[in-house]
Amino acid sequence: MESRRGARWWTLWGALILIWAMFPLLWMISLSFKDPNTFRSGAPTFFPKQWVWTNYDTVFSDSLFTSALRNSIGISLLATALAVVVAMFAAYAIARLDFPGKKFLLSMALGIAMFPQAALVGPLFNMWRNLGIYDTWLGLIIPYLTFALPLSIWTMSAFFRQIPWEMEKAAQVDGATAWQAFRKVIVPLAAPGVFTTAILTFFFCWNEFLLAISLTSTDRARTVPAALSFFTGASQFQSPVTAIMAASVVVTIPVVIIVLVFQRRIVAGLTAGAVKG
Amino acid sequence: MTTTEPRVEAPPLPPPQVSERTRYERRLGLALSAPAFIVMVFVTAYPLVYAVVLSFYNYRLTDPEGRTFVGFRNFTTVLTDPVWWSDFVTTLIITVVSVVVELVLGFAFAFVMYRILFGRSLVRTGILVPYGIITVVSAFIFRYAFQLDSGFVNQWLGLGEFNWFGERWSSLFVITLSEIWKTTPFISLLLLAGLVQVPAELNKAAMVDGATAWQRLTRVTLPNMKAAIMVALLFRTLDAWRIFDNPFIMTAGANNTETLSFLAYRQNVTLLNLGVGSAVSVLLFFTVVLIAFLFIKGFGTDLSQVRGDQ
Repeated sequence: MESRRGARWWTLWGALILIWAMFPLLWMISLSFKDPNTFRSGAPTFFPKQWVWTNYDTVFSDSLFTSALRNSIGISLLATALAVVVAMFAAYAIARLDFPGKKFLLSMALGIAMFPQAALVGPLFNMWRNLGIYDTWLGLIIPYLTFALPLSIWTMSAFFRQIPWEMEKAAQVDGATAWQAFRKVIVPLAAPGVFTTAILTFFFCWNEFLLAISLTSTDRARTVPAALSFFTGASQFQSPVTAIMAASVVVTIPVVIIVLVFQRRIVAGLTAGAVKG
Repeated sequence: MTTTEPRVEAPPLPPPQVSERTRYERRLGLALSAPAFIVMVFVTAYPLVYAVVLSFYNYRLTDPEGRTFVGFRNFTTVLTDPVWWSDFVTTLIITVVSVVVELVLGFAFAFVMYRILFGRSLVRTGILVPYGIITVVSAFIFRYAFQLDSGFVNQWLGLGEFNWFGERWSSLFVITLSEIWKTTPFISLLLLAGLVQVPAELNKAAMVDGATAWQRLTRVTLPNMKAAIMVALLFRTLDAWRIFDNPFIMTAGANNTETLSFLAYRQNVTLLNLGVGSAVSVLLFFTVVLIAFLFIKGFGTDLSQVRGDQ
């Protein structure tokens, strides 16, 4: 059968895509289990000659990494929560209400999504030092919140448009104010969209590097991407390569779990706001 | 829709009630969007204006007292410096190559994800991992794979002692490769969303008319996806233009692999030269505006659907 043969071909191509996506991860995992003292002796191989846990012990006993992990989790979660709340209000207004400045707000969000963050590094660096929030959680949360807002606003307003608004009207007919209708009727319906937006926003904060190295200087607020670039290994005599890979594996685990559990939602979220025919 | 037909029976709605409702809606709309608006202005618009102001001063944080107004001198300093142009060309090369490769690869991926029946969700899950991974981690993975003392690439390709990070072009190759691996999933999912929107009847009709698979692709599918393609292109181009993480981790800018974002970072944060650094920032911002303008006016990219206008 022609179509069955065709289906087999597409599956083969799909398998190639999977290999393409997974191969670098395999290399990361393999390198993270190599012996930090001997992995460079002789010609390098793909898999370790001997699998060791040393690198994981190294990163978890290094305060540079553990504090960075704490900072990354805290900053990303707080920035995500704030961005989602702020964007939720704006997205509701955009999807639902008619008010002056709506077009301007949307254009501004679009502009910020395209904005080169590097152009702000200098002024923010100076402003944050004057405000005393340089090298603090707040100093990273504020810009993360800002740069996550455009994506959050679009994604959520796209989801909000699919909500059956008759229900809100019905609630208003029954005597609820617009605010009550929002809180009691729309919020439960909108929860999946909000959750998806939170995932995408979290990925953005978890990934961010430029602001993280520019607006921090110690392990008070330094996040994992920034800390990785400063990592020197267990001692100055040891190569940091394998330990950096172990730390990379650790911070990739949450990403893989989120992707495995919420694959459908992420795909829907990525494409919801962006393209409609 | 307004009808001009005179209605005899229906009494007009009392205007004050309507306008009060409208006013309430307006106030609520403004109130709900105010926090987002304020945060965005505070973190982007204000610092940008600040950068414009600083760019006209000779201002080093190492010598804050020596702050003097110098007019356009910082801009001429930057624009006559070969470093700016070298970084410009590097950024341009990385952007063009990665966006072109990603568009082709992303389209192929989208097509496979569209047609595949067995293992569809597995492929979609797998492709999301590079999307979610930290860019710095991706940079380290590729760096160590190509690096002489730790990497397997030279062994596998039989390249012996070839040092990938010893010269410009091979360094740019690895940097671009990491960028492509990490961001193709995003573009392919956007293209998949566009592909799904193409009416299947169009392709069936073309098939009945005897069009070949290639003709159907280039005459039916692609033209109908134009909006999706342009939006994906615009977003990826501007994203690639800001590239920073990969060159920073892989080469630290050695061998002419520094990009414009990297230059802005180095001037402002490493050298604390806020005057010249701000001039770089402002120029970088203008290049982005120029690219966006080219896409929107030049190629007719329709952003209304991205913006969510109704």
